[in-house]
Amino acid sequence: MRAYKPKDNVQAKPYYTDRFYVSPQVPKFEVESDEVFAHDLEAIKAKFDVLDAYIQVGQMVVFINPEDNYKVLELMKNELEYVQLTELSAIDWLAARGGFEVFYQMLSMSKRKRVRIKMFINKGEAVNSVEKLFRSADWSEREMFDMFGIEANGHPFMKRILMPYDWQGHPLLKTYPLQGDEFAAWYEVDKIYGKEARDIIGPELRDTAKVDRYDSERFARLGHEVPKGTKITGNEPKIVQNYQEEGGVFMVKKFDKKDSVVIDDPQR
Amino acid sequence: MAQHKVNYTQNGGLPVALTSIDKIVNWGRSNSLWALTYGLACCGIEMMASGASRYDFDRFGTIFRASPRQADVMIVAGTLTKKHAEFIKRLYDQMTEPKWVISMGSCANTGGMFNTYATVQGVDRIIPVDLYLPGCAPRPETLQYGVMLLQKKIRANQASRAQKAKRLM
Repeated sequence: MRAYKPKDNVQAKPYYTDRFYVSPQVPKFEVESDEVFAHDLEAIKAKFDVLDAYIQVGQMVVFINPEDNYKVLELMKNELEYVQLTELSAIDWLAARGGFEVFYQMLSMSKRKRVRIKMFINKGEAVNSVEKLFRSADWSEREMFDMFGIEANGHPFMKRILMPYDWQGHPLLKTYPLQGDEFAAWYEVDKIYGKEARDIIGPELRDTAKVDRYDSERFARLGHEVPKGTKITGNEPKIVQNYQEEGGVFMVKKFDKKDSVVIDDPQR
Repeated sequence: MAQHKVNYTQNGGLPVALTSIDKIVNWGRSNSLWALTYGLACCGIEMMASGASRYDFDRFGTIFRASPRQADVMIVAGTLTKKHAEFIKRLYDQMTEPKWVISMGSCANTGGMFNTYATVQGVDRIIPVDLYLPGCAPRPETLQYGVMLLQKKIRANQASRAQKAKRLM
């Protein structure tokens, strides 16, 4: 049953809902509650600054300074047995905090534990590449650059990975519109036909639900088709579409049901 | 072994058929529509199924070719991304005239459910399209019916008249 909510002054109450789903915070636990994680955190704390650390959903999250990232991951890989970098990306906090959170998701096969190393960088800052430590960081850092515009210093091939090389903008930023900006809307037209073709080809039709029966440029009423560009009055005669013309086709025999044999026995 | 029996006694005793140039050219064109393999997404799977033995595209003379220079019809099967748009234009330009384009499925027709920055909203923004097949994805029967309608369209053309090349602009 649905939970009861009092509806006495629903009309009067101003309400605000976030545009995007804001997930409730999962409870955080002390790192000391897990002895493997506690030992790992001690090893990191011995050499580097740790800004914050907790356990969430069975995984340890450690916040470090951005300049330490290569050294911390080196320590994690060589001494703490976190041999896999399973994921690497960034989170856009530009509006709220003026920067990005970069995270490195690590996995230890021998300890059966996952650790997330996080760091905060300001807008326009670059991170140190960890590609020399983990080959998986190669494409991930390129994707991070492609989607957020965060460059990785020391990366051997710092280019876009998914979007075309001549693309403008970084699509995973929260300020980037889902249906693209001006550049994205005309990208293929500008590139293939040139800017002067914009007027001829016209803007993209983004309303997917739009159906106009009087528009014979884009739509055809099934059974009442007319040539493209004809003015439609609504009194078009019904046309039966056949895949073959009346009177047959030269050297092509039309399938005749009367001449065919239906086999009833499935075993035959 | 299959034996083919020629009945020489029919049609006045000669293995001869009389027709016009138009009809024989159109017959040749419409019954050997070689298609360019252009599977871009899941519609490509349905296109492959149409070519395989169960649905058997060879009955229509439609054989998939891997080169645009040997193809007559481009079946755009799947989502066209903006990154790929220039290549579809280049492949279309490499096909020899006369050539036709079938836009297969919602994504190729209008962009479909990918109402995003990275998808071309319909291949007809790039190349001229002869036939739009609805569906997500269209069944092999739909594609084969579409090819039959295209055959009908080709037969309606006057082959001896100079063909005007189709251009988007």
